[in-house]
Amino acid sequence: MAEESSASTRRRLTPFNVIAGIIVIIGLYVTVRRFTSGLSSVTHLSNSYPWGLWIAFDLLVGVALAAGGYVTSAAVYIFGMKRYHAAVRPAILTGFLGYALVVLALNYDVGRPWRLPYPFVISRGTTSLLFEVAACVALYLTVLFVEFSPAAMEWLGLKKARNLVVKLTMALTILGVILSTLHQSSLGALFLIAPSKLHPLWYSPYIHVYFFVTSTIAGLSMVIFEGSLSHHYFKDKMDAEHLAAKTDLMLGFGKAAAWVLAGYFVIKVIGIAADNNWHYLATGYGAWYLVELLGFVALPAMTYAIGVREKNTTIIRWSAVWAVLGIVVNRFNVCLVAFNWYLPAEERYFPHWMEVAISVFVVTLGLLAFRFIVTRMPILYAHPDYETH
Amino acid sequence: METIHTLQQFMLHTKNIIYILIVLALAAMPAFWCFLTGRDEE
Repeated sequence: MAEESSASTRRRLTPFNVIAGIIVIIGLYVTVRRFTSGLSSVTHLSNSYPWGLWIAFDLLVGVALAAGGYVTSAAVYIFGMKRYHAAVRPAILTGFLGYALVVLALNYDVGRPWRLPYPFVISRGTTSLLFEVAACVALYLTVLFVEFSPAAMEWLGLKKARNLVVKLTMALTILGVILSTLHQSSLGALFLIAPSKLHPLWYSPYIHVYFFVTSTIAGLSMVIFEGSLSHHYFKDKMDAEHLAAKTDLMLGFGKAAAWVLAGYFVIKVIGIAADNNWHYLATGYGAWYLVELLGFVALPAMTYAIGVREKNTTIIRWSAVWAVLGIVVNRFNVCLVAFNWYLPAEERYFPHWMEVAISVFVVTLGLLAFRFIVTRMPILYAHPDYETH
Repeated sequence: METIHTLQQFMLHTKNIIYILIVLALAAMPAFWCFLTGRDEE
């Protein structure tokens, strides 16, 4: 008995669990500190930088990377690409967890979590873009929860409720695409209010279009990236359909990502021409802009295309990682690097280590929740008692 | 380059360049599509 207990403890003490445990403890400590001593005790936010790492990474990057849900469900249910059906549940789960963690992280930035429903019931700022973002994120999180719920209901054996929700699939998918289109672009449109603060190379009257287009790139790339990780770590949980769909999915989504990246490259160059910003390219910020445009847009477009052409899933996988990194770079540039670009170095924002700790804490919670759900619910396999929908 | 003084000059200048870029994009995008899908049949 004692030996069994010792073996069980050893199984639980994996490097991942130990590191995750340490991160969770640090995260809980910073959480208590943030909600008892205020923003100034854990952040470097100021009047010049009211939005820091928590908005740039946890919200802007988080929402973009959670776009896989609407991209995949639209491809399968609206455009009828049933061959990608195996990717729907993992993508919906990633999207649901992504949005849930965005809302969680937003509480750290905004504070007073009990006031989260205020925009809807107390102070309705219906002319504000933030109101639209809040409404869309709240509604889309609900939509994702309902879209995800059949997997949980199959696990819990709630057959009637599961069959009822499955009938709503098409309506939920359409609602998800509408809500995503609205708020993915609105997050970019938030910066339309600050044309004098954002560097001219990143500011554009079309910034909302850029944010929406990049969200589809993020969604496609995240599905490939998350699929590759699941295939590596949860292969034993996958059924034959999921295992067989892997290559087809990577080639199809890789092709779509290459095409959207190429289109995005074109509209970005046209954006420079429309504002006549060519001269800024010869500055330091221009060099960094070119790194983003050539290194994180043109390069993954080409490598995706080469990977698809050569049917090389390794190239596609690394292109997805690079494209996801490109989304992170873009959101950081818009929200932090190119924001208040004219300020002297000593007045620029650099995140406090506790801000970084909370962001890592939130990502770790997402990974732990993903593992908990995938190892218990029919996400990477079809439940034998239910028909696929 | 001629200095831009008026909105008319600015619009004329930027639109000229955009039209050239659109023509280049219209030529490049089908070429990229052919490269992307060139081996689909194999």
